[in-house]
Amino acid sequence: MPSKLEISPEQIEQQQLYKEMGLSDEEFRSITEILGRRPNYTETGLFSVMWSEHCSYKNSKPLLRKFPTEGPQVLQGPGEGAGIIDIGDEQAVVFKVESHNHPSAVEPYQGAATGVGGILRDVFSMGARPVAILNSLRFGSLKQPRVKFLFEEVVHGIAGYGNCVGVPTVGGEVQFDNAYNGNPLVNAMCVGLIDHKDIQKGIAAGIGNTVMYVGAKTGRDGIHGATFASEELTEESAEKRPSVQVGDPFMEKLLIEACLEVIHHEALVGIQDMGAAGLTSSASEMASKAGTGMLMNMNLVPQREKDMTAYEMMLSESQERMLLVVEKGREEEIAEVFRKYDLEAVSVGEVTDDQRFRLEHHGEIVADVPVDSLAEDAPVYHQPSKVPAYFKEYQEMENYVPEITDYKETLKNLLQQPTIASKEWVYDQYDSMVQTNTVVTPGSDAAVIRVRGTEKALAMTTDCNSRYIYLDPETGGKIAVAEAARNIVCSGGRPLGITDGLNFGSPENPEIFWQMEKSVEGMSEACRELSAPVISGNVSLYNESFGGQAIYPTPVVGMVGLIEKTDHITQSHMKNADDLIYVIGETKPEFGGSELQGMLEDRHFGKAPQLDLEVEGIRQSQLLTAIQQGIIESAHDLAEGGLAVALAESLFANGLGCEVTIQGDRTSALFSETQSRFLVSVKPENQKAFEQQIEDATLLGKVTGDGVYHVQSEGETVVEEQTQTLEQLWKGAIPCLVKSKD
Amino acid sequence: MKFAVVVFPGSNCDRDMFYAITEGLGEQADLVWYQEADLSEYDAILLPGGFSYGDYLRSGAIASTSGVIDQIREAAEAGKPILGVCNGFQVLLEMGLLPGAMLPNKHLKFMCHYETLTVENSDTMFTNHYSDQEEIDIPIAHGDGNYYCDEATFKKLKANNQITFTYKNNPNGSVADIAGITNEQGNVLGMMPHPERAVDSLVGTKDGLRLFQSILTHWRDKHAIKA
Repeated sequence: MPSKLEISPEQIEQQQLYKEMGLSDEEFRSITEILGRRPNYTETGLFSVMWSEHCSYKNSKPLLRKFPTEGPQVLQGPGEGAGIIDIGDEQAVVFKVESHNHPSAVEPYQGAATGVGGILRDVFSMGARPVAILNSLRFGSLKQPRVKFLFEEVVHGIAGYGNCVGVPTVGGEVQFDNAYNGNPLVNAMCVGLIDHKDIQKGIAAGIGNTVMYVGAKTGRDGIHGATFASEELTEESAEKRPSVQVGDPFMEKLLIEACLEVIHHEALVGIQDMGAAGLTSSASEMASKAGTGMLMNMNLVPQREKDMTAYEMMLSESQERMLLVVEKGREEEIAEVFRKYDLEAVSVGEVTDDQRFRLEHHGEIVADVPVDSLAEDAPVYHQPSKVPAYFKEYQEMENYVPEITDYKETLKNLLQQPTIASKEWVYDQYDSMVQTNTVVTPGSDAAVIRVRGTEKALAMTTDCNSRYIYLDPETGGKIAVAEAARNIVCSGGRPLGITDGLNFGSPENPEIFWQMEKSVEGMSEACRELSAPVISGNVSLYNESFGGQAIYPTPVVGMVGLIEKTDHITQSHMKNADDLIYVIGETKPEFGGSELQGMLEDRHFGKAPQLDLEVEGIRQSQLLTAIQQGIIESAHDLAEGGLAVALAESLFANGLGCEVTIQGDRTSALFSETQSRFLVSVKPENQKAFEQQIEDATLLGKVTGDGVYHVQSEGETVVEEQTQTLEQLWKGAIPCLVKSKD
Repeated sequence: MKFAVVVFPGSNCDRDMFYAITEGLGEQADLVWYQEADLSEYDAILLPGGFSYGDYLRSGAIASTSGVIDQIREAAEAGKPILGVCNGFQVLLEMGLLPGAMLPNKHLKFMCHYETLTVENSDTMFTNHYSDQEEIDIPIAHGDGNYYCDEATFKKLKANNQITFTYKNNPNGSVADIAGITNEQGNVLGMMPHPERAVDSLVGTKDGLRLFQSILTHWRDKHAIKA
């Protein structure tokens, strides 16, 4: 069975070569049992990638089951390329987030670029036109040269790919913390629009139907990418640069157009992209989902390099490839559609009735395994979990309230913290306007795109304050979902659902597993309370860098909301002098995990801010109603840096000033990060209507036309500064850090 | 009036251009795939932005040798309005229909934001709805938008009033702040900023719409005389 040069099944077992592919002793034994014999080299490869965490979710499955995934609006929950939610008028929104952390850590440009490419394919393989890209990025300290390099190249890579394919990058978030020094996070989210009738599935149905391969030729790049993504980064990781794929956005653009044309062809049965684990996962999953089998002839697979083995072809993660199942005898009709775009669609196999996954190469069968064993029978591990010592310590700490003497200086410093500072340096490199639907461009709470031909618009955001999650994963998990919903509501939308990008350290460490468990529980509860089911997601574990330093637990929430009428679209910046400024929600002295704590102490400790989901839900729904009634001029959620920062951010766009009076402890009033709060501005004539509609709003003062940021307390000036001066600091911080040579 | 939007492999502002004509201007437009094009039936030809052929080799270079190019040249000679935006401008430069060349942006980064343009010549078939020295806000989105020409070419452009738009705050290093130029006859305009992105106040300004209205006005005037 194996070719002459190939390592024999005996050698694989005796020399434990399966371990190099990421399989454990137990897993290898279990494969031997499934097959009733030792697997050959190719088969071992198939199992190793399909049973990697990246493809099988073997460590996270028990947790993922906790997520609420249903709702009247959900058309497709987790399990397909991306989830789908109904938005009315026979239209639906399709979205998913995906990580490309490990590749980006060793080859940032291509790692980030192919991350964008992969998530686009997940969405258009469902039959949807991609209409927006968002991202969620985490880097270490910009003072480190390597981090600076990663930051610049990741942004460059996202821009290089996204701009070329003509899908606007409309929003996202970038945060910086020492916890990510060795292991950056690169999560990309894609949103697509689809007519209900066009929804596709990745199934290999119909015995005898033909399996067709479309797109780029298969090369030796990305072999074992999924396995690489499922282990810790080590000093040797740099050697895995060949595991990182190289993207070709032009090819992707052709694929998008061709696939969106071919989905209307009645001869198409199923379509799926070749993502992680390439041909292996797409082929075996399509057959497994349909309850069929598949026989593929590896000689027919378009190859970019000479003398590729079946193992290499099956494990390659070459980009821009799709797998189609088409009605037998109609292959030429499908090929014709692709030919228009200079793409070749090649028949490489057929759907069989034996539920086996078989590969033929040079006239020999080189792999023959039960198809479900790859896609469905991966082991599931219930990892032990343990409450970390740090958590107990933080919970018992006395409440931390920093002592501030110079409020103005503190505000200025906060505005220059990279996590708070303007991200214009980043998003200016993204084409955020192509497709001409972008109503709210990057920089507001959520991005908004209109749905052409309707009165509707979609609001979208990615959020995750990982410091809170580190301090208290359950509360932090709730906050991540609630904050995303706040951003959607502030834009005038109602949350529809979320996609989750779970980024954690090693699940084999009980304390890390505890972080996963608790944050998923917190997120699930918030999703239920705020009626935002989880419709898709991605898990990236083993995010640890040299020396076993795990990242902060970072379950990114990508949320999409529906804005009923474009008139409801609201932004964070205040518009007119004399408008009244209100804060919704009371403020408590909460500084655990705050930006201020990080700035002053260079670490995070204590309790995370508390969150009452019931209060959160009521405030969100009251604010949304007020927005829909047209009595809100601007709305901004209070997040990192508290009221002082939110106020400044709200004034920048129109160069306005404010006259605001704060009550109580000044440090808390200005910088506390108490949750469930909003900053809104209201026209004086709407004061009565607003105060009737919103129960716990406090009038702070008014917007002024003089361009001076003025906050006072008990008759004393607390902060007085030109808005423009604050804006320059806020805008200049990141360009300055990137340019500096230290 | 009937507009052709020529679609190359990798064009990505083709639909935006299409909507600018059909929804913004309220005239007819077709998306014309480069291999199937018969441009003779159209009154104006629009070359959209994007990354034709992935911008491989040089921006616009490969598209400028594709089959449809001869028809574009014929239309230009016949005096039909031809507008190339962003990648379309780059194609016109590579074809030699417009003088000069495009370099990567001065800071070597892709940029996407609104820029203020000054209308340098309102006496063209593309700008008759603007006034001279009027300032308009139109978005840019490009990595290779740094227009270059030699001194002699620049003098000629200047002397013939071919410089149509300039940037108020030069974002990319272009010679003499140039954002858009016409050919000598004035019927071929290439510009880096995207007027088709500025035709609907919901998603930005409407400052680009008047460019398309200018083309229509010119065509109607010409048509009226003929009739």
